[in-house]
Amino acid sequence: MTSSASTTLAVARSSPATVFGYTPVQAIALAVMVALVAFTPSVLYPVFLMKVLCFAMFACAFNLLIGYVGLLSFGHAAFFGMGSYVTAWTAKNWGLSAELAILLGGVTGAGIGVVFGWLAIRRLGIYFAMITLALAQMVYFVCLEAPFTGGEDGIQQVPRAKLLGFISMQSDMAMYWLVAGLFLFFFLLIHRIVHSPFGQVLKAVRENEPRATSLGYRTNDYKLIAFIISSFIAGIAGGTKALVFGIATLTDVHFSMSGEVVLMVLLGGLGTVFGPVVGALVVTAMENYLAQFGAWVTVTQGAIFVVCVLAFRRGIIGEIGARLKLAL
Amino acid sequence: MFTIFGIPGPLLFGQLLLGLINGAFYAMLSLGLAVIFGLLNIINFAHGALFMMGAFVAWMLLNYAGIGYWWALLLAPLIVGAFGLVLERTLISRLYKLDHLYGLLLTFGLALVIEGLFRNEYGSSGMPYQIPSALQGATNLGFMFLPNYRGWVVVAALVVCLATWLLIEKTKLGAMLRAATENAPLVQAFGVNVPRMVTLTYAGGVALAALAGVLAAPIYSVNPNMGSSFINTVFAVVVIGGMGSIIGSVLTGFGLGVIEGLTKVFYPEASATVVFVVMAIVLLTRPAGLFGKAA
Amino acid sequence: MTRPMPTRRATLLGAATLPLAAGLAAPRARAAGKTIRIGVLNDMSGPYRDTTGQLSVACTRLAVAEFAASKGLTVDVLSADHQNKPDVGAGIARQWFDRDDVDMIMDVPTSSVALAVNSVCREKNKVFINSGAATTALTGKQCSPNTIHYTYDTWMLARSTGGNTVKSGGDTWYFVTADYVFGHELEEITARFVTEAKGKVLGHAIYPFPGTTDFSSFLLAAQAAGAKVLGLANAGTDTVNCVKQAHEFGLAPAMRVAALLMTIPDVHALGLATARGLLLTESFYWNLNDRTRAFTARAKPALGGRMANMIQAGCYAGTLHYLKAVADIGADAAKADGAAVVARMKAMPTDDDVFGPGKIRADGQLLVPSYLFEVKTPEQSKGEWDYYNLLATTAPGEAWQPVDPGCPLVKA
Repeated sequence: MTSSASTTLAVARSSPATVFGYTPVQAIALAVMVALVAFTPSVLYPVFLMKVLCFAMFACAFNLLIGYVGLLSFGHAAFFGMGSYVTAWTAKNWGLSAELAILLGGVTGAGIGVVFGWLAIRRLGIYFAMITLALAQMVYFVCLEAPFTGGEDGIQQVPRAKLLGFISMQSDMAMYWLVAGLFLFFFLLIHRIVHSPFGQVLKAVRENEPRATSLGYRTNDYKLIAFIISSFIAGIAGGTKALVFGIATLTDVHFSMSGEVVLMVLLGGLGTVFGPVVGALVVTAMENYLAQFGAWVTVTQGAIFVVCVLAFRRGIIGEIGARLKLAL
Repeated sequence: MFTIFGIPGPLLFGQLLLGLINGAFYAMLSLGLAVIFGLLNIINFAHGALFMMGAFVAWMLLNYAGIGYWWALLLAPLIVGAFGLVLERTLISRLYKLDHLYGLLLTFGLALVIEGLFRNEYGSSGMPYQIPSALQGATNLGFMFLPNYRGWVVVAALVVCLATWLLIEKTKLGAMLRAATENAPLVQAFGVNVPRMVTLTYAGGVALAALAGVLAAPIYSVNPNMGSSFINTVFAVVVIGGMGSIIGSVLTGFGLGVIEGLTKVFYPEASATVVFVVMAIVLLTRPAGLFGKAA
Repeated sequence: MTRPMPTRRATLLGAATLPLAAGLAAPRARAAGKTIRIGVLNDMSGPYRDTTGQLSVACTRLAVAEFAASKGLTVDVLSADHQNKPDVGAGIARQWFDRDDVDMIMDVPTSSVALAVNSVCREKNKVFINSGAATTALTGKQCSPNTIHYTYDTWMLARSTGGNTVKSGGDTWYFVTADYVFGHELEEITARFVTEAKGKVLGHAIYPFPGTTDFSSFLLAAQAAGAKVLGLANAGTDTVNCVKQAHEFGLAPAMRVAALLMTIPDVHALGLATARGLLLTESFYWNLNDRTRAFTARAKPALGGRMANMIQAGCYAGTLHYLKAVADIGADAAKADGAAVVARMKAMPTDDDVFGPGKIRADGQLLVPSYLFEVKTPEQSKGEWDYYNLLATTAPGEAWQPVDPGCPLVKA
């Protein structure tokens, strides 16, 4: 494995003239996205949209790592899945309110992130990917065996806990606004992080780690913090999904979930601001509407992977951005 | 009857032997992965799918062409190897100038496509494949009845692993291969056709997986998911052994098979998890794996 | 018995694909709501694809084609793949009810998914007819006024295989059990019947599920224990692997293998040379009697060279009885109140070519006979799919678990 200096992940670069860290075009795109989040539920099926938003959050968290730090984790399902289990369990058995249950999900994700990160962060590239994959497999087996996860059946009939203890989330639209709010909050938070001085150091680490080290930055600390933030948001996303569907199962911690989030980000565009959201939308829609064709879902997903990697490395948003010479 | 840790001795020996047999499959699969990783720097996620293809090609040869097990042992690796050759030439070779992670993503996608297509065509309950008549029956070893076929699997795997090791460590071709791993441009400058070597290495690694597939066909269910149930353990083997280390992957493969076998005696519920526990311990103490060089 | 062959399949297929394609669009105004929509939800790509999958859809369509037109009902059949994931299954069920106007969900193998769909159906007051999942919870603790359990469950399998095998001499058992709810339940109940019939359980091995491919260690332990019967408390690929390896280790004839859940596609996959002598229980076999043969003859064109097992045939029977109830109370009333349809189904005796006459108990359990089969040797088999010898029949009254007091429906 060569040093990270040769890392050439296709990443769109942001241009310097910005408003609150957004270029004018990005600001317009953001406005469009907010408008879409606000108005689509009157047209589209809200439960489907909530699923998209949960995965969009998950994908954004993942993108923070691969797009801005250059680390490919193949174990993100562990954070997502454990977040979903803990949220479901606390909402069902302790009767926690929605925001506390989801927060605990995030904290669980971050906690596992500390362990994973501590073990894996010193390694690069494929080694990093393999170690995160292997650790996530351990988490999967723990979930399979531990009594609190309900094994194969998962945690079912999770009530949609009340927000702040008194706002009912029973109707799909009430739940939708909570999910939309969470999504927008973390979307903006990630953007804020990326454009902070901290984020600049992360990018420096991605571009040339030895040089960043020689400038006096403790690069491993930066990477670890980014990893923990990413796992926290992944846990939040998992917890939110558990509340939306009232169920937390092994699907969420399974290795294929890790693969799915990679697919979303890759398809949308690595290191782009809006790419992960678009990727999540496309992949979730595909799964939903190809469900009747059986194994063709797998084949299509695989084919998209292959095509993306071979001909389309910038992803949908990255490709559009490159055509228009814009950073999206 | 004597006992060891409360387990009858003969049973324990039997379980050790069975562990070794499973280890033989781990060793052969991780060997192919290690060879490919050594030269191409690609984690071949499609390895499980190609293992499955090996078993399926053997089944197809029998059912469509009437070709039996022994010829399949030769033909299936060649056919799947040729398929690997095509994959490498048309798809994987386009990625060498890019980050190695793209190779991982590409092969991951290929695995999904291959397994999905086989599932669509053949369903998932599996295909029948009989043990060849020459290897049917079992031998009484005193402490257990060893099916002859299992004995054959261990012997075949040992021979294949040894041959591969000799090829890479003791021949001129192997020397060039190792040199290309260290410094490809320099070897190219000496007039060696490195791209062709890379292609053949990939095909070779794939053929090893297919060979393991043919060996597995008579004892495991020949179904499209048979690769994915193996591959996670095999990845763990590769990480524990040290990525790219040939001797490491072989020894770890057999070793983990035995550890798994012992776990099945003392605490069967944990026999799938034990591999990952070992991995965590190894990673904590030797981050590069047991036989790996520091990256 | 001659009935018109299904002729409406082409139109039904077309109708089935439309709603999903349009699913993204706004809720559409539907004409009068008279069309009954049935959603077949099962595994189309994973380990249970061959035991449920498209053949379940085909059997459901057959029931629709034979019954609906004659009663003036318009019925659509949709299908989807739940990938054995409870969240995917529950998600599809929700979308079917909320958006696609589906009234009844059929099949649903994998207990975890079935339980998830069970609670969605109850919440939305629709109908769930389970044919694919084995859990007794659907008629026990989680029983619902919207759910009917067809075809089989763990108790019925254990009763038939466990009890009858001991009677015929297989009185010492060793279990190989998959380490999850289904495996444990199956082992526990079977062991109970074995001991009740004065048999003995000599030991068991619990192995990790999923992810185990090699079972030889456990087979060896079973051999060492000297049991006469090896009970396989698992399903799908695991069972196939166990049987294959038991054959390899030459367990027979000293030991008989009882696959506690196995159906005809698995036997087909193993081949008679390997599967010979295997003991298993189904509630339907195509070559059982004149009625099952008549059903199979009618279904044949839709089965694509394969044979329906009890689960797939159960989809036919369940759909037929559902449609009878719908015709009885009228399509509009049926669409409005799922529980009313289920109540009507329980009130009417069932009768179909698959299971013969039967009735549905208050907790939602269909009561029909169960059959213990032995797989034929290659020499005994007279043609393709001629696989079973009937060993024992358990009458409907004894074949099923006594009413579980944990089910709130039976208290009232």
